[in-house]
Amino acid sequence: MFVIKCPYCGDRDQTEFSCHGEAHIARPENPETLTDEEWGEYLFIRSNKKGIHYERWTHDHGCRRWFNVMRDTVSDEILVTYKMGEEKPKS
Amino acid sequence: MKYSAINLVRNAFSYHENWQKAWSSPELKKEYDVIIVGGGGHGLGTAYYLAKEFGVKNIALLEKGWIGGGNTGRNTTIIRSNYLWDESAALYNHAVNLWEGLSSELNFNVMFSQRGLYHLAHSVHDMQEITRRAYSNYLNGVDAEILNQDQVKKNIPHMNVNGRYPVLGAILQRRAGTARHDAVAWGYARAAENLGVDIIQNCEVTGIDVSNGIVKGLQTTKGSVNAKKVGLVPAGHSSVLANMAGFRLPISSVPLQALVSEPIKPILDCVIMSNTVHVYVSQSDKGELVVGAGSDSYNSYSQRGSFDMIEHIMGPLTELFPIFSRLKMLRQWGGIVDVTPDRSPIIGKTPIENLFINCGWGTGGFKATPGSAHVFAETVAKGEPNKIASPFSIERHFSGALVDEAAAAAVAH
Repeated sequence: MFVIKCPYCGDRDQTEFSCHGEAHIARPENPETLTDEEWGEYLFIRSNKKGIHYERWTHDHGCRRWFNVMRDTVSDEILVTYKMGEEKPKS
Repeated sequence: MKYSAINLVRNAFSYHENWQKAWSSPELKKEYDVIIVGGGGHGLGTAYYLAKEFGVKNIALLEKGWIGGGNTGRNTTIIRSNYLWDESAALYNHAVNLWEGLSSELNFNVMFSQRGLYHLAHSVHDMQEITRRAYSNYLNGVDAEILNQDQVKKNIPHMNVNGRYPVLGAILQRRAGTARHDAVAWGYARAAENLGVDIIQNCEVTGIDVSNGIVKGLQTTKGSVNAKKVGLVPAGHSSVLANMAGFRLPISSVPLQALVSEPIKPILDCVIMSNTVHVYVSQSDKGELVVGAGSDSYNSYSQRGSFDMIEHIMGPLTELFPIFSRLKMLRQWGGIVDVTPDRSPIIGKTPIENLFINCGWGTGGFKATPGSAHVFAETVAKGEPNKIASPFSIERHFSGALVDEAAAAAVAH
């Protein structure tokens, strides 16, 4: 179980949070011009990295705000948490 | 050596110390016609059916650890086929049909026990869902019975049907049940080796050689090897293997855990599962309760579930069975499951020629083992998926023809 540092509230227990998948996937600007392959890629294809992984969490039972987490999926160690819109930290 | 009563008696004279090994440890050769990557039930079964039914002679199976040491040995051994959609019913029922003859086919007792599976309904919506699913099952030749509360109570007397989320009824599949998971891996391994398959353990694939879009061979921790065809049958590392060949998958790898209680006398003669309160439980032949529930929401390759999930598993169990509340849990473990967006597997071709993949079984791969292996063997042998396998291609994520079992039939177990 993790202790997660919410960028707004500080260290809290993992049970207050939920994870919502890979971060930094931008919605395409012009979806109507995309091919089926490009749209499928955006919707479904994921990097699913073994190692350093960027993902979105929400602080459901706290401030209810979204933020990003950089985590090692092999050791489950959380390396950095940062606010939405902030630059992706280097691995 | 065939396993039989006569051989059992014969070996008793030497105190059972001279049984031949069920499979050997051959050296990796330089080239094979087909290499299967992944020594779980699905991979071993694929190698077996390739040799037996599709006449492929020169097959290797590579396993990075020991056979059956991954998700084949980490699941809760539940087998059923009462899925909603036609595509899923065809695939999982093909598996149940093969399960029924598997022990005699492999000359190895996989302890397939058709003890029946009750999927509980806790609300009016649940009752409507199981009714819809039962009618769908009838049309697909899958056995299903809808039971009301009294019938459930009569069949499972220890269950509390009047809890916070009362049990209003259940859908019962009598052909469903459990099997001994290790025996499935061992039985397929022994049978495959008897047909000439080289089973190479402790051999991790570190690279996939592709030239002009065609697979040529593999780099492994035991050296390089050439192959005319390669079938990837991973669990927990599907994206890692796909990346080696230069393509990506619609998969997230997440932890799923299970627990086993101290052994007790027979009390539960069926499998119980509930989506609404979310737990599933059966009793093993050793007397342990085998309990599981949901997966974690975050990606991980750690083979460990999160600690708080244990409470989410035990809460519903003790709500349904207050009589179990003082049992001690003896063992707990996690596996990594490869979940697809529609909770259906990926079986078929890849963007690389002669490279095939069978993965993405999520939380419910064990039940499909013989069916999955059988249709994938045909896919590898003929180069094209058959009628049962074809709806499960990677392309469905681009065409939109998803087989959406996540919301439709059940939590995929």
